[in-house]
This record gives sequence, C-alpha cells and structure tokens, in this order.
Amino acid sequence: MSEAIKDLLYHMADDELVIGHRNSEWTGLGPILEEDIAFSSIAQDQIGHALANYTLLNEQFGEAIPDVIAFSRDEKQFHSSQFVELPIGDYAFSLMRHFLFDHAESLRYAMLSESSFAPLAALAKKIKGELKYHTLHADLWIKKLGTGTEESQARMQSALNEAFPYALGMFEPAKYDDELKSENIFEGETALQTKWLETIMPILERANLQLPKLSIKERMYGGRQGYHTEYLQPLLDEMTEVYRLDPAATW
Amino acid sequence: MTDTLDPRIRRADLEHAPASGGLAQNEHWEPFAVFHQAKRGEEHSFVGIVHAPDPELALAFAKEQFGRRKKTVNLWVVRSSDIYTFQHMDDDMFATAPEKNYRDASGYPVRKRINKYLEELKAIQHTEH
Repeated sequence: MSEAIKDLLYHMADDELVIGHRNSEWTGLGPILEEDIAFSSIAQDQIGHALANYTLLNEQFGEAIPDVIAFSRDEKQFHSSQFVELPIGDYAFSLMRHFLFDHAESLRYAMLSESSFAPLAALAKKIKGELKYHTLHADLWIKKLGTGTEESQARMQSALNEAFPYALGMFEPAKYDDELKSENIFEGETALQTKWLETIMPILERANLQLPKLSIKERMYGGRQGYHTEYLQPLLDEMTEVYRLDPAATW
Repeated sequence: MTDTLDPRIRRADLEHAPASGGLAQNEHWEPFAVFHQAKRGEEHSFVGIVHAPDPELALAFAKEQFGRRKKTVNLWVVRSSDIYTFQHMDDDMFATAPEKNYRDASGYPVRKRINKYLEELKAIQHTEH
C-alpha cells in the first residue's frame, strides 16, 4: 500500500513543483502589475503544495528531505505530466494551462479530502481556499478573453487546442489506481478526468471556447513513467543551479 | 453581481460574471478603490487602488494585493470614479470644527453612571446566587 501512496504523492508533488516553477517565470514579466502579483502568488502556492507533499513523503514514508527530493533527481525520476513542463508560451497559453491544471488540482484535492489516508485528507482541507482562488482567477480570465475581441478569442482557442492533448496527460492512470480505490485513498485518475471534463466544459462554453476533438492516441501520456519532453531537463538544470553549487549549504 | 437582502451591498457572483464588455472595456482599465476588512463586523478601511477592467477582476487582484499578508475576511472594491468628494478649495468649511468642542461627547460624565449601574447589577446577581 505504501508504494501506491508514494507513487500518488510523487505524481502530485512533481506536477505542482514543475508548474509552480513554470508559472514563476512570469514574475516581473506579467502583462500588468496586478496580474503579475496574482499569478506569482499562485505559483508560490503551487510550490507550497509540492513542499507539503514532499514533506509527507519524508515524514510518512522515510523518503529524503524535501529539498533533496526536489533538487537532486533527474528528469527520468520525475513523475510529473508532460503538460506542466511545456514552456510558458504566450500569456494565453499560460492562462489556459493554469485554468486546465488548477481545476484538475482543485477536484483532485476535493476527492482527497475524503481520503482514508488522513495526512492527505488534512492537507486537502487546509488548501481548499487557496485552490478556490486559483480557479476563480482562471475562470475570470478565460471568460474575459474568450468573450473579448476576435483576436483574444482566437488566441485562447488556439491555446486550448495546443494544451488539451497534454492536459489529458495529467490523468495518466497509475498501476496502483485499483489498489488506491479499494482502500478508499483515492478514486483514481479516470474518475478525476470525468469530473474535470464535467467542470470545465460549461465554463469553456460560456467563454465561447470549444474542446478540440481528439482520438485516444493523441493523449500525451508518459510523464508519470518518467518519459518527458525535451523541456523538462533544462528546467530542472535551471531550478537546481544554486542548490548544486553546495547541496549541504543551509539558509 | 447578485442582489442581496441588504440593498447597500452587491456581492460579486464570480461564477456568473457577465461576459466581457468588448474592446473598449478591456483596453481602458479603471482604478478601483479597495477597502479591507480584518474581522467580520468591523469596518472596511481604504487600503489602496487596483487597476482592472471590471469589478470581478478588481476583486481578484485586490485579494492578492491587499489580502495576501494581513488577516482578511473580506474586501470591497469601488470604482474610483464612483467616489464623490469636495473640492480642495472648500476645505475652509471644516476650518472651525476643531474649536467646537461642545460637540464632543467627551464632556458627558457617562462613565460614572455606567460603572454605578454595573456595580448594582453585580450586587443583584450576587444576591440571586
């Protein structure tokens, strides 16, 4: 059982760390000051969620301390989806990814708030309000730009077309899904994906945006098994640059 | 915006916010005054300005600009252009107000009477027990 929970925690934490890092790349470059601050805070929250999950790995399962887990693995050891490692692109793409990711994250934690694994249920309850803000922020922008001008609608639609196959990679099933479900720890990736689609579809519709039609083969799976795009390793190199100078340094 | 039972307040219904107002509204953002409330029931105090295209995004921005550090239970945003004020040159209307100390409530010896009442109350409760 502990292997199954560890796998889930790594998947969640790595997704959160990588998207947190990606979103933080907008800090100082956001389209306007107010949005820069909001988006940077959201990025910090994501890294905070990653830290919380790495801490559970350390305290509950004897894995290394969070800094070591986060900063000393190479791409093959990351269980994150390929979705989160894609470059930030333009702001339309980053907002669309934020929308698709944070709804998945919010629903995942809502499911986990009932988990029989108490530490995860407690974490889910603690960060509920943060995630509420993330989806609220994303929904406002999606609606605003989707129903704005011809250009803003076209750019959001093209961001959605580009992001969607990768977004489905967030729900790559794990080999432990049945086990997690039977122990009432987590309902599983497929159940989450269904809830996610039910949630985002009406919001996209109100924003004048359409989900692209995809065949099953086009889902970008693999991240959970350590198969990544060319973009993850350079991100990790940059993220760990200071850490690698002196891994034993204290702050 | 949703109407509430209290006609003085409009609570943002962020899920059902109206569709975008088109190019004019999106390109010309306005300043919104932000009022911060630290505790339910306490007053909202002016804390600063955010720029936003509509009240919903103004609230979303205000949440991070003015609610990310200190304790917050709610925020108000008001279009700065909806705030009416006097002309600077009219401040002479207020010039003599500090002299009119007969308008201060401080002259009334109420405290004594309250204390006396409290003591009486205590004495009654004491005999009841």
